[in-house]
Amino acid sequence: MRHPRSDPPHKGEGGRRAPTDPRITAGIVALAAIALLIGGAFAGLILEGARDLSGAASAFDPYLLRVVRFTLWQAALSTLLSVVPALFVARALSRHPRFFGRGFILQLFTVPLALPAIVAALGILALYGRAGYFAAIAGQSWPDVYGLSGILIAHVFFNLPLATRLFLEALGTVPADQWRLASQLGMGARAAFRLVEWPVLRAALPGVAGLVFMLCITSFTIVLILGGGPAATTLEVAIYQALRFDFDPARAVTLTLLQIALTFAVVLALMRLGANVTGDANLPVAPRRYLSAGPTETALNAILIMLALLFVAGPMAATVAAGLGADLGRLAGESAVRQATLTSVILGLLAALLSVTLSLSLIMTRRALSLRRRPSARSLLEHATDTGAGFVLVVPPIVIGAGWFLLLRTVSDDFAIAPVMVVTVNAVMAMPFAIRAMRPAYDAASERHERLCAQLGISGWNRLLLVDWPSLRRPLATGFAFAMALSLGDLGVIALFGSDSVQTLPYLLLARMGSYRTADAAGLALLLGAVCLALVVAADWLGRGEKS
Amino acid sequence: MRMFLSRLVPALGVAVSILTSPASAQDKLTVYTYESFTAEWGPGPLVKKEFEAECGCSVDFVSVADGVALLNRVKLEGASTKADIVLGLDTNLTAEAKASGLFVPHGPVAENNVPGGWSDDVFVPYDYGYFAVVYDTEKLKNPPKSLKDLVEGDATDKIVIQDPRTSTPGLGLLLWVKSVYGDKAPEAWAKLKPKVLTVTPGWSEAYGLFTKGEAPMVLSYTTSPAYHIVAENTERYQAASFEEGEYLQIEVAGITTTGAKNPLAAKFLAFMTGPKFQNVIPETNWMFPAGKTDKPLNPAFDRLVKPAKTLLFSPEEVAANRKAWVDEWLEVMSK
Repeated sequence: MRHPRSDPPHKGEGGRRAPTDPRITAGIVALAAIALLIGGAFAGLILEGARDLSGAASAFDPYLLRVVRFTLWQAALSTLLSVVPALFVARALSRHPRFFGRGFILQLFTVPLALPAIVAALGILALYGRAGYFAAIAGQSWPDVYGLSGILIAHVFFNLPLATRLFLEALGTVPADQWRLASQLGMGARAAFRLVEWPVLRAALPGVAGLVFMLCITSFTIVLILGGGPAATTLEVAIYQALRFDFDPARAVTLTLLQIALTFAVVLALMRLGANVTGDANLPVAPRRYLSAGPTETALNAILIMLALLFVAGPMAATVAAGLGADLGRLAGESAVRQATLTSVILGLLAALLSVTLSLSLIMTRRALSLRRRPSARSLLEHATDTGAGFVLVVPPIVIGAGWFLLLRTVSDDFAIAPVMVVTVNAVMAMPFAIRAMRPAYDAASERHERLCAQLGISGWNRLLLVDWPSLRRPLATGFAFAMALSLGDLGVIALFGSDSVQTLPYLLLARMGSYRTADAAGLALLLGAVCLALVVAADWLGRGEKS
Repeated sequence: MRMFLSRLVPALGVAVSILTSPASAQDKLTVYTYESFTAEWGPGPLVKKEFEAECGCSVDFVSVADGVALLNRVKLEGASTKADIVLGLDTNLTAEAKASGLFVPHGPVAENNVPGGWSDDVFVPYDYGYFAVVYDTEKLKNPPKSLKDLVEGDATDKIVIQDPRTSTPGLGLLLWVKSVYGDKAPEAWAKLKPKVLTVTPGWSEAYGLFTKGEAPMVLSYTTSPAYHIVAENTERYQAASFEEGEYLQIEVAGITTTGAKNPLAAKFLAFMTGPKFQNVIPETNWMFPAGKTDKPLNPAFDRLVKPAKTLLFSPEEVAANRKAWVDEWLEVMSK
């Protein structure tokens, strides 16, 4: 029997001793799946691109330097503006667990992920644009939103809700005993934040900031539409151009590697911000109860939550209003729409299921590995299961899609492969979200139960079902909801693999927009948002489980 | 792992394809095209019905986002492509398509009436249209009368254009400006730049912004107003007529090396240039038919802008210069 933390650490133990913990095997399988997906795509492109490498070298020109500078600058600003307010919004939400409509706000916060960029952009412009609501009030003095400001508004719209929910998950892991202690010691809001909340938030910060940064660095449609011109271009656009117009795989791979390297450098820097928290190893005896906030704080929190809600709900309300103008009855009666809705829901559920399974494997592996080692020595495998998986996000879907297309074209039927590719790629792309949502809870639960399990010899499925499941239920639902929302809104993978047999809602939406049917497109956007919200509500309900 | 996956993936794929595609033993023609062609309101369903009745075969459409994606898809698939026919490339892509070696010369087809008499041994035109600046009559009382007007006009009247790196109309405007201004194109772009509200990745986004009222002008087609007149019964959106002329876009189809083995492919091209196909085009694809139709076009089409001059670079010129011209554009627009 293995005693956590008491194992004498061996240098390079992974090499000499086979890992006995099934959790580690699970993680290795999940990592292998990711590596296969990305490696396969790169292999396909490199095999094709090796014939002509000139494009790879010519990628480095002065324009690229400008693109890189702008990409990093907008991503850094977007991250800062999303993550810092999210810390406080999450804290405010966690302080008021019975806030009216709290559950609904959180569910609503998942929906932006499912909205295709053009829908979100139109929603944002309905408020902030030249023909928007604010411009109508402010008149001529309303500044043009196109440019960096437009990009930032859109990125905060997408990422503030995401970061808020992830921070809230982290805050949920603060042991009830700590709250009781804080209450007994008569801690005020400031002291409680510093001593109780900040340590957990700080631990989650690098991961969440890294995730948001990756999403912003790869932003494509938003940057092009709201950026106001090619001065605002991201690397992702250059990659897309290399594959789409120039069909230059060598160049696309080079630029993708550059994008990964840049992100890696930033994420490495972010890690320094973080800290590891020592969770509570005891079973909580105190009932879950937060500090009661004073009237001033309650008012401030309410204002903060309202502001965040208005900011996020505004563009969504505009989307709903536009959607209600469509002939919804006719749309609902169309077989193409019904078929696309069904396809979207099935692909989304499958992708989310796969994503959560893979993510959980990685989280368990990471935890098992970190229990085995000395505090200072993190192995490469542990890093890979942690931040490594996140880098999936900076590999553009078009690269994965095109690479696999090239690789598989001789082996199989491309059309038949489409649904499989869509599910797999979306599942892997959603993993970083699911991991961030689930890891704090798993680690906290493990801190409490690890010794008990070791003493009683509970492991494998038994442990997962009997010990981990109750505390993982809710975060699993969150992770599932995120993964599903993300796959529901996917356009990158489906655009390449989609054929007439696999049409999803966003795909249909874009097709309608592409043939003058803007009202139909607005109606479909409403439908997509509603489907997403319904699924998120369902996932939440299933995850609620026992009363806490 | 790899072995397992390489078996599992095709197996799953086959399972899915059995579920999704009706099996047919009869002769089959596979046509790759773009989405709006096969959509239920597009020409696809009618074309399929007409041709299937004529040939006693079945037609399978496979659609991707647009012409560029179409060429990429065929290139990605290479010689193993399932496409017999690729329908929906424009003349800016044909040189590149020919260079791929995936297309074969076509058989006899009916004569086309494309302005300037475009003809080619491999690709056959099925429709054409002109790029145009479409404006909102409620927002813009004095639309520009020439490209020069647009370039030098009041910077408060904004236009939404598309990125030539990612979209066909975007490339169209680039070529339009080039054909009017020649070497002076960079200066023209520098003057136009303050009037450009934003540059979108594709036509849909630009047209969406335009109809939402974000800008009074958008780069689109001379035929766009016909859609609003026929389908929405409104004359609010009109195309501006430019003294220098309008740039032409010709949409073509060709037979692939796969299609060379399928006798139906040549039959389809002959059918495509005939009236049964051409009748369908105007009010489903919102372009001008490239061949004879049985009936005159809807009167809405007569009210459209008639270009003073047709501008067009040859496919070879575009293929040879596209990269340099796009870089030139980028240099000015990204400052």
